Amino acid sequence: MIENDRPNPDALLAAIQSDDARKKRGRLKVFLGMCPGVGKTFAMLEAAQRELKNGRDLVIGYVETHGRKETDALTVGLPLVPRKHSEHSGLQLTEMDLDAVLVRRPQLALVDELAHTNVPGSRHPKRWQDVNELLDAGIDVFTTLNVQHLESRADTVRQIIGTEIRETVPDSLLDAAELELVDLPPMELIVRLRQGKVYLPERAVSAAQNFFRESNLTALRELSLRLVADHVSVDTQEFHRTQTGAGAWKTGHRLMVAVSASPLSESLIRWTRRMADSLHCPWLAVHVENSHPLDEAAQSRLGKNLALARTLGAEVIDTVDENLARGLLRIAQQNNVSQIVVGKPAVANFFEWFRAGKLLRQLTRDSGDVDLQVVRAEKTGASSPRRSRWRMNFEFGWKQYAVAAGVLAAVGLLNALLIQFTGPRVPGFVFLLAVVLLALFLGRGPVLFAGAASALVWDYFFLPPRFTFIINNTEDGILFGLYFVVAIVLGQLVARIRAQELAERQREERSTALYHLTREFAQAGTRDEVVWQLVAEVSRVFQTNAAVVLPGKNLLAVHPDSSFLLTEKELHVAEWAFLNRQAAGKFTDNLPGAESLHLPLMTESAAVGILSVNLAGKTLSLARRDLLEAYARQSALVLDRVALRAAGEQGKLVAESERLSNALLNSISHELRTPLAAIISATSALAEIKKSDGDNLENKMVAEIQEASARLNRLFGNLLDVTRLESGHVRPKLDWCDVGDLVQTTVRLLEHELSGREIKIEIEEKIPLAKLDFTLMQQALSNLLLNVAVHTPAGTPISLQVRHETGWLVLNVADSGPGLSPELLPRIFDKFFRAPNAPAGGSGLGLAIVKGFVEAHGGQITAANRPGGGAIFTIRIPQRELPPEEKLA
Amino acid sequence: MNQTSKKTSTVVLVIDDEPQIRRLLRVTLEANGYKVFAAETGNDGIVQAAQCHPNVILLDLGLPDLEGVEVLKRLREWSLVPVIILSVRDHENDKIAALDAGADDFVTKPFSSGELLARLRTTLRRSQPQSAETVFRAGKIEVDLSARIVRKNGQEVKLTPTEYSLLRLFVTHAGKVLTHRQLLVEVWGPTAVDQTHSLRVHIAHLRDKLEDDAAQPKFIITEPAVGYRAVRLDELF
Repeated sequence: MIENDRPNPDALLAAIQSDDARKKRGRLKVFLGMCPGVGKTFAMLEAAQRELKNGRDLVIGYVETHGRKETDALTVGLPLVPRKHSEHSGLQLTEMDLDAVLVRRPQLALVDELAHTNVPGSRHPKRWQDVNELLDAGIDVFTTLNVQHLESRADTVRQIIGTEIRETVPDSLLDAAELELVDLPPMELIVRLRQGKVYLPERAVSAAQNFFRESNLTALRELSLRLVADHVSVDTQEFHRTQTGAGAWKTGHRLMVAVSASPLSESLIRWTRRMADSLHCPWLAVHVENSHPLDEAAQSRLGKNLALARTLGAEVIDTVDENLARGLLRIAQQNNVSQIVVGKPAVANFFEWFRAGKLLRQLTRDSGDVDLQVVRAEKTGASSPRRSRWRMNFEFGWKQYAVAAGVLAAVGLLNALLIQFTGPRVPGFVFLLAVVLLALFLGRGPVLFAGAASALVWDYFFLPPRFTFIINNTEDGILFGLYFVVAIVLGQLVARIRAQELAERQREERSTALYHLTREFAQAGTRDEVVWQLVAEVSRVFQTNAAVVLPGKNLLAVHPDSSFLLTEKELHVAEWAFLNRQAAGKFTDNLPGAESLHLPLMTESAAVGILSVNLAGKTLSLARRDLLEAYARQSALVLDRVALRAAGEQGKLVAESERLSNALLNSISHELRTPLAAIISATSALAEIKKSDGDNLENKMVAEIQEASARLNRLFGNLLDVTRLESGHVRPKLDWCDVGDLVQTTVRLLEHELSGREIKIEIEEKIPLAKLDFTLMQQALSNLLLNVAVHTPAGTPISLQVRHETGWLVLNVADSGPGLSPELLPRIFDKFFRAPNAPAGGSGLGLAIVKGFVEAHGGQITAANRPGGGAIFTIRIPQRELPPEEKLA
Repeated sequence: MNQTSKKTSTVVLVIDDEPQIRRLLRVTLEANGYKVFAAETGNDGIVQAAQCHPNVILLDLGLPDLEGVEVLKRLREWSLVPVIILSVRDHENDKIAALDAGADDFVTKPFSSGELLARLRTTLRRSQPQSAETVFRAGKIEVDLSARIVRKNGQEVKLTPTEYSLLRLFVTHAGKVLTHRQLLVEVWGPTAVDQTHSLRVHIAHLRDKLEDDAAQPKFIITEPAVGYRAVRLDELF
């Protein structure tokens, strides 16, 4: 049998369907209001009631009616998924039971208050992330939102009402959502508030007095109206684009914002998002990395800034360039950026002014066609990174200052001896030498300290007049000034070199680590080896325990080579990360309460496992996390490769065993059949010779031998067929067949066995060609006909009917014999089953083979009794396609 | 038997590794007036084919040293001697490969002596030098290759160009098995080997036009899984 390499159409279909299902994300509808109390929940419930009437399967995931009667009345009839209760710091808190809703899989879920912050220990910190998961699962969601909670508007709202907005929802979530504005004129709202129709938490009452002022409300109302208007206009554009097929963003605008570790970046990012929104254009957030290493705090701020840009819908690009302006312009050019947004520096001193001015000047000079937007950036909260770095250096360097002081003291004593023999200038140079040497070992701070201190010591102790700070000699004055400058410049230079060195070292560490891992992987041939290497490398580089979780038969299991065991809870986190293909656990937005970080090992199409790293009590810098993610990517690829290779080898093994068993079958078939062939051939020759002798004993004997050997031949054939079917080596070679021809040929070849019977053949007019294995089907049909011939009285007619039904080829074989006894009916297709009253001569294999061959085609065979007497066998073979149209020429 | 006894000079080479089959074939064939040579292996068979100038070769496909198809290919490098394949039922693919490689016909083991002898006769007759005759007759059907006219019962039959090309192949190779592949390559061209649906459809049309009862064809016979065979004039009667 030739192997059938064609992909199974069923599998293909299933794959396509599951792909479709994956792509089909639920739709989000947001009931947007300017502030609490406008009636968002009410509007949402009204809409839900309409949906319910339209027969939609919906549930309430979480709705807060605050006990208001009108609102409560609207929840009647809406099915409710019970909330999850948890206790936190002695408070009973309830949250939406996300898993219960996911399990329930409604078409539509109602989830109130999109901006809500979940109880600590929930899967996600924010409710909008829960909603996102529902949408990913293909569930539509109705939700409510106040405009102030929208990430890009938070800044503006803060300016209007003067309070920080802590709960925010990323704009990108709303991009694909349908917005419904729930509007109420400010005066009416204030009236409602006075009537107590607006629910307010007790402790917020006084704050609310301040908040619900007409001026505030009007501003917020304008903000929400504008937001919805912008959204509608995007929808319109979208519609035009899909209708006309025109390219995206005809205006050609593309914004780019420069992002740094500075806390100022945050408001720049928000500003750019708003700008991009109103221009309806895409935007980039670019970070240019240089050799200056960032401290941990700056790194986490940078990470946050970039994450913010990502959630606001920016394309984030990270590039490396020593020159900030050059890096920015390069990315701008590569991405056809039309405007670059940079911050107007909040100038604190001359150096900052000079530095920022340099960037702006260079950008202005070299930006060419690209517009430059210099935006006033506002600080929110945290201090600037520069100051924090200073502090860090002082904190870490106090030992170095002591060393510097000690060395200077020693050199001072040496100089005290020297000055006996030399002028006052030599000690200066000795000090300078000491500072240079110190610079080789100490940080910038201590070196600057040593430079300044040594200058003063030199002046005080050695320059005449000694033991005063006075310099009365111009030459000495100039020398002292030069000394001071040289010492400071040296300190700076050294510090920069050391910083670069540090950055180099970090980068080298990273590439060495990756190289090391790659090299180890190259040698790893099995999954176990890959896991072992990965765990060993992560443990070595990160000084912690690592585990690899791989999908087992039906659940995830920790690989035994892991260096720590996951707790039940951590395993759940890993499972979530695996199913959602997102990082989860510590330092992520998903289940951050966990102690470990769980990174999915992603190949192009799927997660092949999870890398879990125990980070209890540890911090993770951006660079380290980057490295960890690189590890995860690498190992995913290698695991994938190993799996493919294993599958290939498995395939080879199967092919080899198939070859062996085929060889065995062939040899048996050869051994059995050769003598039989000799017998049949010889007796037929004998019969030929004796033919003329008439009806004597010898002739009768020869006829008996012929009959018996033919039967033996059939039996061998059947046994071999059954063996092939059993070993699963029967694979139909499908080809277009003329079914009429198939039936006629089969009947023609059985001429002898069916002699004396009327064979009625009915073939549907213009029956299309069918995809079949001609040989297999011919054998099946001839076995079936032979079986019918054996079990029905000689001379009774057999009728054969062939027709095409949509997607099926149907063959009926009907006889006019005694029919099948009902109790035997279920067993007639069993191997070696013979009816108790069956005439001798059968092996009980014929029908089993018919069934086997038909099923090899993916078809079915059934047997029944005809109402008018006799049995009927029906073979149905699936036909997935019609033959291509034939043009007659 | 009597008809063949005249052809005492007809030489048959049997290449089969089974001594019993060789013996049996020798007895049967010699009784029918053929001169028989036998070879046990493929290599020996090729050597003998060069030495004894057989008129026809009976080649078993299951030889110990060489694949039957390989023996055939080596023979075809220098000889056009007709070859009849001896095959077993389960080796359809080998059989088709051998026919594609230039074998003339096949007999499936176990075979009766009558069947074998009939195949042998047909094959031998086909290998006789053909007369320059351009008009072929088979029963009621008459094909005039020079005039490109087909008649049935004296009535002209209209054929499409593809149908005519098929028919021409059948009449010029009457009695021989033509595999699907051979027909497709000859009529549709070498790139069309997988367009079996076209072949099925055209064969059906051809039968409709030429056969008395297309459901029970007498002229173009289906050889299951292998291809078709046009019946020779002398086989019809």
